[in-house]
Amino acid sequence: MNNKISIHNLCLSIDRQPILKNVSLNIPTNKITVILGPSGCGKTTLLKSLNRLTDLIPGVQQSGEILLDGVNILNGNQDLVDIRQKMGLLAQRPYPLPMNIYKNITYGLRISGRRNRQFLEKRVEHYLKMVNLWDEVKDRLKDPASALSIGQQQRLCLARGLAVDPEIILADEPTSSLDPISSKLIEEKFLELKSQYTIVLVTHILRQARRMADYVVFMYLGEVIEQGTPDELFNNPQHPVTKSYLSGQFY
Amino acid sequence: MIMNTKTEEKFFRVLMFLSTIFIVGVLLLIVVSVLYKGLPSLSFTMLTSIPKGGFYFGEEGGILNAIIGSIYLSLGATFLAFIIGWPIALYMNVYLVKHHSLVNAIRFVFDVLWGVPSIVYGAFGFILMVFLGVRASLLAGIITVSLFIVPIMVRAIDESLKSVPRGLLESALSLGSTRSEISYRIFSREAFQGIITAILLSFGRAIGDAASVLFTTGYTDRIPTSLLEPSATLPLSIFFQLSSPIEAVQDRAYASATVLISMVLVISLLSRFIGNRRN
Repeated sequence: MNNKISIHNLCLSIDRQPILKNVSLNIPTNKITVILGPSGCGKTTLLKSLNRLTDLIPGVQQSGEILLDGVNILNGNQDLVDIRQKMGLLAQRPYPLPMNIYKNITYGLRISGRRNRQFLEKRVEHYLKMVNLWDEVKDRLKDPASALSIGQQQRLCLARGLAVDPEIILADEPTSSLDPISSKLIEEKFLELKSQYTIVLVTHILRQARRMADYVVFMYLGEVIEQGTPDELFNNPQHPVTKSYLSGQFY
Repeated sequence: MIMNTKTEEKFFRVLMFLSTIFIVGVLLLIVVSVLYKGLPSLSFTMLTSIPKGGFYFGEEGGILNAIIGSIYLSLGATFLAFIIGWPIALYMNVYLVKHHSLVNAIRFVFDVLWGVPSIVYGAFGFILMVFLGVRASLLAGIITVSLFIVPIMVRAIDESLKSVPRGLLESALSLGSTRSEISYRIFSREAFQGIITAILLSFGRAIGDAASVLFTTGYTDRIPTSLLEPSATLPLSIFFQLSSPIEAVQDRAYASATVLISMVLVISLLSRFIGNRRN
């Protein structure tokens, strides 16, 4: 298996409180890797360390290696804008930019200097169609994005992230604030998108993990307890903590 | 025991009610007494002419010098304070996100500065003027008043930027934005109404303050035509003319108070209105 990202011995602490303990794992290219675990186990922190959003946390200290295409992105002399553009982020709830729908999609392109109007218009249509939003918004592209429903906003955020042409999609419980229908749409999109993108999906919903995963990482209290294919992990868990989590003893 | 808690509850409810009534009453009394004295003297001439024969003795003329002077001064000071304060607030909320204790220290400094009496700013401005060899002028007043309102501007913008969700910052960074793009294209837009409120709040403070302009802007009958000339202001128009033994001069003071209180009221209502629309 080809790995897009390899993490070696990643440790992260906030004010000397360890959050991630010696995490090592591989994220395969063009697959959905699901990071599964109960709330507060460090899943989100792990995800955010991938595009170095953890840099924003006061009192954070990190050690170890995160190799993106073989290059360590933790060693300080990397262009952060460049790294972050390679990874689209879909957060727990949508955060549309304070501008209209059209500009939300073109924002990433405009800040990287793409200003040709025809090009931008084509891109907007392309990516809105990609997330099944085009038909719903094509007549009101100039409306503020905040006027959309939460489910639509989340799809808009996905399209906005895809428009900057990332290689990786980082999704942090992307369906947790959505209604069942919108959640299903997002899940279906991910299954389609994985042929072109490497997807890392953080979730605490066991059934979602079963539906989506090509590779599963189970975390508990800042440690990777077990990782493997869904078949290995769901049907034949080795570790007692994994077993009790899968049997629903805690969540 | 049950009786006791009930009496206590009743006592405090009555206390709160009376305190509220008292304060609202005092406010109404101020407004009514100013209007009672000021409204009769508010004539067209009062609002559109400058004092004739000197503001302290002349019985003719109005307060146009003070109205125009105050507007010049407050606009200039608010503009200057915004130019300084806006980037500070953005710096605190977009660039220093990782340095929580530093940001809190900066907030504390501005809160202290907010509490410094305006006469101290006036004195500071005066020292500065003496040092630079500048005389009392519109420019000196604008600089002094802007120093006085910068803390208000910074803290008010800061409060609205603080409420921008962290997730928006993370989303914008993930799209490959630099911090300055986030500051001006996203955070300022997201907090736009808060920023307008901050500007109005600062303007309201600037136009109403007497002590900071006392030494720095001076007072004159004329409408200034350059930044280096002294200028009249509404608060000082009240201060100087109310002490006159001549009734016509006193009327100008009451008229100034009426104009000033109406302006402040309109500004407060406007910022309230904008602030409410945000929610």
